[in-house]
Amino acid sequence: MSGAQAGTGVSPADPYRIGHYVGFRQGTAGHAARELASKRVIVGYGFWIFLLSDIVMFSTFFASFGVLSGQTAGGPSGKDLFNLTNVAIETACLLFSSFTCGIASIGARTHDNLMYYGGMAVTFVFGASFLYFEMHEFVDLILQGAGPERSAFLSAFFTVVGCHGLHVTLGLMWLLTMVAQVFSKGYRPDILRRVLCFSLFWHTLDIIWVALFTIVYLMGAGQ
Amino acid sequence: MLGKLSWSAIPFDQPIPLAAGALVLIVILAVLAWILVKGYMPYLWREWITSVDHKRIGVMYCLLGLVMLIRGFIDAIMMRSQQALAFRAPGYLPPDHFDQIFSAHGTLMIFFVAMPFVIGLMNFAMPLQLGARDVAFPTLNSVSFWLTATGALLINISLVVGEFSRTGWLAYPPLSELTYSPDVGVDYYLWSVQISGIGTLLTGVNLVTTVLKIHAPGMTYMRMPIFCWTTLASNLLIVAAFPVLTATYAMLLLDRYLGFHFFTNTAGGNMMMFMNLIWMWGHPEVYILILPAFGIYSEVVSTFSRKPLFGYRSMVMATMAICIISFMVWLHHFFTMGAGANVNAIFGIASMIIAVPTGVKIFNWLFTMYGGRVVFAVPMMWAIAFMITFTIGGMTGVLLAVPPADFLVHNSLFLVAHFHNVIIGGVLFGVFAGYTYWFPKAFGFRLHEGWGRAAFWFWVIGFYVAWMPGYVLGLEGMTRRLQHYDVAAWHPWLVIAAFGTVIILLGIISQIVQLFVSIKLREELRDVTGDPWNGRSLEWSTASPPPPFNFGVLPNVEGEEPYWGVKQRAIERGELRPEPEYSEIELPRNSPTGFICAFFATFAGFALIWHIWWLVILSCIGAFITFVIFAWRDRSEYIIPVEEVARLDRANRTARAAWLAANVQAAE
Amino acid sequence: MSHADQPERLHETDISPGDDRPDRSEIAHGLIGYAVGLALAVLLSIVSFFVAGTNLVWQPSIPIALFVLAVAQIGVHLVFFVHITTGPDNTNNVMALAFGVLIVFLVIAGSLWIMSQLNANMALPMNQLMQMQP
Repeated sequence: MSGAQAGTGVSPADPYRIGHYVGFRQGTAGHAARELASKRVIVGYGFWIFLLSDIVMFSTFFASFGVLSGQTAGGPSGKDLFNLTNVAIETACLLFSSFTCGIASIGARTHDNLMYYGGMAVTFVFGASFLYFEMHEFVDLILQGAGPERSAFLSAFFTVVGCHGLHVTLGLMWLLTMVAQVFSKGYRPDILRRVLCFSLFWHTLDIIWVALFTIVYLMGAGQ
Repeated sequence: MLGKLSWSAIPFDQPIPLAAGALVLIVILAVLAWILVKGYMPYLWREWITSVDHKRIGVMYCLLGLVMLIRGFIDAIMMRSQQALAFRAPGYLPPDHFDQIFSAHGTLMIFFVAMPFVIGLMNFAMPLQLGARDVAFPTLNSVSFWLTATGALLINISLVVGEFSRTGWLAYPPLSELTYSPDVGVDYYLWSVQISGIGTLLTGVNLVTTVLKIHAPGMTYMRMPIFCWTTLASNLLIVAAFPVLTATYAMLLLDRYLGFHFFTNTAGGNMMMFMNLIWMWGHPEVYILILPAFGIYSEVVSTFSRKPLFGYRSMVMATMAICIISFMVWLHHFFTMGAGANVNAIFGIASMIIAVPTGVKIFNWLFTMYGGRVVFAVPMMWAIAFMITFTIGGMTGVLLAVPPADFLVHNSLFLVAHFHNVIIGGVLFGVFAGYTYWFPKAFGFRLHEGWGRAAFWFWVIGFYVAWMPGYVLGLEGMTRRLQHYDVAAWHPWLVIAAFGTVIILLGIISQIVQLFVSIKLREELRDVTGDPWNGRSLEWSTASPPPPFNFGVLPNVEGEEPYWGVKQRAIERGELRPEPEYSEIELPRNSPTGFICAFFATFAGFALIWHIWWLVILSCIGAFITFVIFAWRDRSEYIIPVEEVARLDRANRTARAAWLAANVQAAE
Repeated sequence: MSHADQPERLHETDISPGDDRPDRSEIAHGLIGYAVGLALAVLLSIVSFFVAGTNLVWQPSIPIALFVLAVAQIGVHLVFFVHITTGPDNTNNVMALAFGVLIVFLVIAGSLWIMSQLNANMALPMNQLMQMQP
């Protein structure tokens, strides 16, 4: 029992214990419940915090898009430009890639080569197709004269969508690295932790895409 | 081939920056030559540059802060002397140069002095206080530090190659847009802040995870020292606020580099969106800096009053309340922009509300001192000076939080005096208190007391002489950033302020002398027991300097102020706890990843500033390869054998046994 | 690393985001979880795209409907893909998420509110704007 540590018999000028746990509360089971975390929990949690910060960064771009979406400067608006079929295909690509990424992470956990490599390969194909459609759309817009320097609305549009696309690109590079790592080193715990982080990253990109197609495309096309 | 870079980038026609740059260059080369001649390079590389030890990284952060403090202070002296001289006269600094100096001063002091200092102290002390062996991600920690150093390096390169931003420390558009600032100054500013900002964000992720997930057995949340709580709050704010900074400056960079229209005044851009976003980072940033300082004061006041902190739980609550509310007050930085009465009223009220938890803290410190046996050591003196100074600064802050009052004094020296009052009187005093308090823990000897007192008095008196005139000047209508003026009433006050800066200079000189004297007298100042101040938290239970693994065995925490409890029980029983069973310890291996990564980041940043695109691509590839090589390594840890652990811990136990014998004797 | 001596197991009282409960980690169960998530997400996406293009509902309600659908879908992703639950092993993960959501809300809602008030206060009639041009 550590009630004696600072309260009693310490310093005569030390009677003020307001705001401290004393007596029965100290050293009880409820306190000891804060267990030491395993490395997997530490790494996963740290990456989760990083992802939340990434989401905050996206929210800044979303806020700019929200403020600037009406500022077309006489140029085309979302209604004139957006091709919802294209967006639907992109959405499908990302949704299915999130599913296959989940399969790959089950494969990694159970050391199942087929599920891991197969899941990662399909994820890569879907992710790359997503990027293809997005690049196609961007090039199309720029050729129409609706590039980012046309108006504040288009600047914000290209930035928020492009930032997501950049994340997908980095995610694909990471995916290839993880496949190569498992291939050359096997399902080592430290590599499995990275696979966990990658799958978190990929699912989060999907979450951001949900916000993106709703706010930017669907609401933008409806205006 | 070299983008915008040419010989004309070097300011041969401007003697002051050229001389300053040459001087810095000579000093750096001299230090490098000295290191090479003495053969220290392998040691530095092995033990510091590639180190992933949180203590070493913390020390390097503080060193960076100290060096940049001198650099930023030179800017301060130049500004103050210019304003003292420039009454109905041009002074000695042309406007073009003066604008670069105030921009560099603000940028350096916030991003490269205050931030490295508080992050360094958090890095150094927090894992020790938690009873941990290191932070959650040690190599990432090294990456963070070196990225911050990269930012500092880029700013200093701008002294010699090209020029620095002339748009103030926050680069407001449209002035910072390409149309009005076509040269590379703003790019230097943006890229150094972006690169160091990424480092800071990674630190935030790292330290949040550390506080929440890594600790000694039994170190529950409500047993953590207040400094750990403020570290948590501060790093949560980093994680939440720095992405906003990165995104906002990314938009400004897109405007400048690719012709986007976020903040331009053409094609629908909205520069007021920039003010809104930048202060959404900027206000939490203030609390990112001050909260760790509050934590330091809590530790210092409790230690030197020989009492547990008054109102521990209210302190925790106040810290977390500040953490949340600090995100709801950003508009008070631009009341005058025109958002209207409703908006201003709500943010004005929120700004006043945030003064409440801060007031709670001040009273907690006062009540901790009340009835205590206050020891007036140097850290305690800084803490007391802080309480007085910060209260003045806080009251002028509440005044500025009243929108109608703010309309009268905004953008004046009143505002400048206010934030210098809280940043010097709050953050910097706290950093100095922490520096003096934890120095013996880091190096095994105390700082010289006499020179510390001298530095304290010069700093405090110098601060009041330099900045109280600011309030008067602000009320007399002097706006900030004036290169020259012709109002006779201002002149005497500006001369007084310049004189105050000279007194602060004496304080800084005292601190440098203190460092050298302390190193020279280190045998006299040696801290043998590892507990020079009769401390209360776990960092004092290990040797000074702590072994690489911090604790021979992880301490078992049984209550608040664990080390105080351990010491009291030892005195009661007249003996130390029985020797624990040692086992071997795994520690992360050193890695040059951080340094190499920063090496590439420096080139990438420089190349981006000067539009040298091939170098940008090469640097990015280099950084990616560095990470892949790091990820490919097979051994990430090394093992300290049990004999080594036992040897180091037994040495500490011997010293503690001697301390105990002396104490028991004194008690009898 | 300080806790390297610990075995790499899934914890009883603490769990990483993205990890499923240890007792449900069999392949079949995991697959079903992801499949249910996918089905719900696809369904919600289809409804979103349908609602956006339809004339069947009252037009002003569409943005709100889209918003609700998006929040629901994000919830589906969090639960079925990221495995965020309300269990005691997830407290830290949920707290972090809640903090993030609060910040996202403040950034977006704060910006929109401030900027709309600003626009309302600063709007000048077009003819005055023209007079201000040099």
